[in-house]
Amino acid sequence: MKTHQLITRRQALIAGLASAGGLLLSGWPRKLPPTYGNILRMGDNLTYAVHDALLPGQSLAREYSRKEISSFPATGNTNPGDPDKPKPSETYRHLQRGGFADWRLSIEGLVARPGSYSLADLKRFPSRTQITKHICEEGWSAIGEWTGVPLSRVLDAAGILPTARFVSLYSYDDWADSIDMLDALHPQTLLAYSMNGRDLPIPHGAPVRLRVETQLGYKSMKYLQRIVVRDEFDDGGEKGSIQNGWSWYAGI
Amino acid sequence: MVELPAPAVQAGRIGHSRWVRISHWIVTVSFMTLAFTGIVILMAHPRLYWGEVGNDLTPALIELPISRNHRHGGWEKTIPFFQDAASPVSASRTYEIFNKNGWGRSLHFLAAWFLVLTGVIYLLAGVFTGHFRRHLLPRSAELTPDLLWRDLRDHARLRIRAATGGPNYGLLQKCAYFAVVFLALPLAVVTGLAMSPAITAAYPFLSGMFGGFQSARTIHFVAFVVLMLFLLVHVVMIIKSGFKRQMRSMTFGE
Repeated sequence: MKTHQLITRRQALIAGLASAGGLLLSGWPRKLPPTYGNILRMGDNLTYAVHDALLPGQSLAREYSRKEISSFPATGNTNPGDPDKPKPSETYRHLQRGGFADWRLSIEGLVARPGSYSLADLKRFPSRTQITKHICEEGWSAIGEWTGVPLSRVLDAAGILPTARFVSLYSYDDWADSIDMLDALHPQTLLAYSMNGRDLPIPHGAPVRLRVETQLGYKSMKYLQRIVVRDEFDDGGEKGSIQNGWSWYAGI
Repeated sequence: MVELPAPAVQAGRIGHSRWVRISHWIVTVSFMTLAFTGIVILMAHPRLYWGEVGNDLTPALIELPISRNHRHGGWEKTIPFFQDAASPVSASRTYEIFNKNGWGRSLHFLAAWFLVLTGVIYLLAGVFTGHFRRHLLPRSAELTPDLLWRDLRDHARLRIRAATGGPNYGLLQKCAYFAVVFLALPLAVVTGLAMSPAITAAYPFLSGMFGGFQSARTIHFVAFVVLMLFLLVHVVMIIKSGFKRQMRSMTFGE
């Protein structure tokens, strides 16, 4: 029957849309970033939720040989100590002059043992070296070798509390961002202090930058200053990607 | 088969089924949005490459003059990473590039969701209603060089059949729709997925089978060009075969 058939199709369509909508609103499978009533953020959340639900957790990004290391542009802020660059930092300039001997990375929030780590402290952890591809949202890509301590090691040392859901990161060039626990504990997520076998150059985020290999380059924050473990999503306010018009999740 | 297109048969004419009409327009709007935002995204880095790697410090396959970002320049002195002469280099920008990728990317992926979900429903419906078999797949009897040549000549002279308002397509028409539905659009989707760092970490063959991230990006662009050419020809054919009737039958049915 004609009418019967149409209703079935419509019902199927409504059921599909309702379940997609439910996915966005209910916060399943884990807490989702806010949408601010913005349809673009709803799409970002749909992508995040579906990746989270369907992709096998913590797959390793492809690693390359040393021969494949390529030229690598430094973009965004390339020196927070330079007063001519956007968001200059007096503190960073001071640290830079001292060869980052006074640099400390503080780990705060939902951890049993909050504290701060010097470059030497981080280098005492077992390190990981990986040659991976950096994909910039602009469309270019580059392969580089990164050495650092897996973020999971430092978080383990600090003792993550069971309610922890997100890891917020803050930089000397005044950016704030966050990643979920799955990415924070990913074996290739590094606090990288070395690039292509040398100390991390200033244009690439000295002394320590984040590497998140399953997301686009802008999630791999440079010039790290502070890490805060949280149970709630924090968009970083005006310093965060969302309020600057970018998707918080950049796995696509 | 119970699920033959009952409405059309009852009406005594072969019109477009409702699901074909709905999916046609959802895909149209999604595709136009994807094309527009795709250009916006490409404008941030209008250089195409082959392989895994490509950036302003490596040679391009194609440079598209679609924004002020397309040429080298505005870079500080390059610094080599290693001692040898052939060492890869790094350099910092001295200028702000054009970059509207924030909303461009998010809208691109939102439109892609509509295209992919509609596409999946359309493909399932096409198989199960027999739409593909009866209307889209060229019959072996009509797939002769002779008939192909004749249809091609007619199209070249713009001698286009008047609209029938339904899915009884001509030979070249079938071939074009078949190529778009089963080749060009799926290729665009798969090369799109092959650019995702999260998806390719889980399924490396996705980008591997195209020869790398930048190859997938270049093929994604080629698929866009092919689809835009199809759209151009499609619209010309709609106009030549009776614009009003075609629009009416694809929107409200016969």
